[in-house]
Amino acid sequence: MLEILLDATVRAGTPILFATLGAIINERAGIINLGIEGLMLIGALAGFSATYFSGSLLVGVVAAFCVTFIAGSFHALITVQLRGNQIVSGLALTMFGVGVTALFGKGMVGLTIVGFERVAIPGLSQIPIIGKAFFNQDMLIYFSFLLVFLVWFFFYRTRWGLGVRSVGENPAAADTCGFSVSLYRFFAVTVGSGFVGIGGAYLSLASTPMWIENMSAGRGWIAVALVIFAGWSSQRAMLGAYLFGGITAMQLRFQAMGTTISAHILQMLPYFFTILVLVISTHRLQKGASQQPEGLGLPYDREDRK
Amino acid sequence: MKLVIERREISSALLRFSAPVASIGIALFVAGFLLLASGVSPLAAYREIIIEALGSVYGLSETLVKTTPLIFAGLGVSLAFRMQIWNIGAEGQIYVGAMGATWVALFSGIQNHWMMMVAMFFAAFFCGGLWAGVAGFLRARWQVNEVIVTLLMNYIAILWVDYLIYGPWKDPKGFNFPLTAQFSDTARLAEYFNTRMHSGFFLALFCALVLYLFIERTVWGYEIKVIGSNQKAAQYAGMNTGLAIFFVLFLSGAIAGIAGFSEVAGLQHRLQHGISPGYGYTAIIIAWLAKRSAIGVVIVSFLMGVLLVGGDSLQLLWQLPVAFVYAFQGLILFFLLASDFFIIYRVKLIKGGAHA
Repeated sequence: MLEILLDATVRAGTPILFATLGAIINERAGIINLGIEGLMLIGALAGFSATYFSGSLLVGVVAAFCVTFIAGSFHALITVQLRGNQIVSGLALTMFGVGVTALFGKGMVGLTIVGFERVAIPGLSQIPIIGKAFFNQDMLIYFSFLLVFLVWFFFYRTRWGLGVRSVGENPAAADTCGFSVSLYRFFAVTVGSGFVGIGGAYLSLASTPMWIENMSAGRGWIAVALVIFAGWSSQRAMLGAYLFGGITAMQLRFQAMGTTISAHILQMLPYFFTILVLVISTHRLQKGASQQPEGLGLPYDREDRK
Repeated sequence: MKLVIERREISSALLRFSAPVASIGIALFVAGFLLLASGVSPLAAYREIIIEALGSVYGLSETLVKTTPLIFAGLGVSLAFRMQIWNIGAEGQIYVGAMGATWVALFSGIQNHWMMMVAMFFAAFFCGGLWAGVAGFLRARWQVNEVIVTLLMNYIAILWVDYLIYGPWKDPKGFNFPLTAQFSDTARLAEYFNTRMHSGFFLALFCALVLYLFIERTVWGYEIKVIGSNQKAAQYAGMNTGLAIFFVLFLSGAIAGIAGFSEVAGLQHRLQHGISPGYGYTAIIIAWLAKRSAIGVVIVSFLMGVLLVGGDSLQLLWQLPVAFVYAFQGLILFFLLASDFFIIYRVKLIKGGAHA
């Protein structure tokens, strides 16, 4: 019972984990991206169609990354080069994503592919209780574990990561030190968007191997809230994503057990808990030292430098 | 040759007017390629939109039917914009507003038409207001991001209405469809010219006027504007910014909630799924395009109404999904943001200027 629940937790949490990691990369560079929901949909459709036409799941994942990379570059162009309002640009990206995937996805509805299958890691998958949940999963889930580490490594052990963090904290100072603010911000927004796209592709290639209109169902927004819960750290993003995976898994389990509680009420739980977690983590942020990037949400113009 | 970006000293009125018009034009142009890619001729589609939405009395009345909730929701969102507060939750506020009005219509037992209308109006007003007020309270008390809270509450509101119409409020005589019972005539707004157009439209125009007077002619409106332009200065001047944030989000949600009243009392005459097909999201574009002016909200709502009616007919003619309209709206926003840049800055080519 616990094993099944844990397994479902990891599977439900993975798309949110990819999306949260992508959003963290964006925000570390100082750019708020509210386009996550739209990017997930674009990634889901791109991944599904590429896999359908090529027959290869790897091609699907790469396509999801590339297409959302391009979609994210619109947000980057508006917010970084043209110094436009980040909130409105992100909302525009979400609306565009919802609409364009409905339009181009119409012909893909009802088609099926062979999705990602489980690959047990010998030895590790034999560990009682957690073994099956973490080491008898598909390749994308293993990739998400790796990505959590890679994001941390990138930010704290590479010069490029330092550059991204500095343009997010204090763009004027970073500019003085010779970091190109626009280059690092553009890089973070596009690459971050690409990983959000892989999160979307997880939905259409692994969770349910098909395309359904609007299949992200608010997960992108949950990811945006989880960035604050995670305090912009990739390890805590993992914790947050599985917390929500757990709530979703439990809610589905309740429904399967045939409870008398309405399914509609149970479906509210993830959204309700996201708000609750957001309140608690914002409250904590106010009291302790804030991990929020200082330059978050502010466009940078060299002429404004003091 | 070198590209130089410099700030304009003044941006002419002509430029400020032509930029949004140009962005809609470019958005139409780019959306044309999306239409082409899905096998529809853009010119035929745009012609169809204009003829369907404006070419007949019936079409015009349908456009006004769609304009009505957009005006309410757009006014609500733009009021919050005034104070640099983001209300992305108008969609959910419409749903809870409709829920409040429906509760009065079905269960209050009021017999008098006017009393019924007033009671339904205020039920929608307070339900929408309290729904947004939650985000307002959290923002004012603990600085919780109102964008995320208002947005997530949309999902909760829609699920809550689903719960009611699939469960306790389901019409016992409704053959098990997820609908409430139909309202009696006491709980319906007047309709005109044998069309679906109803008096909610005039209520929306009246609301726009009241809101305009509220912002421009009262002390509260003045405070909202001051807090919106400089919160620190407002605090030094002794204004209670926390209370103002709560109050503005409450009022913003309340106005969006009236759209719910107008939809159930004027058009649907019952509560059902999809009472709003995304009016609350379109409202964000309306508020941004209207640059916070109440009159602007009315004009832009009408334009978006044309687009929605046209979008419906594209769906019937070419089976294009309704959500296509969102793609178009997203494009308008993108180009609008890009055009803002060219209003503030000037891009110049300078010859040979490595040291320029």
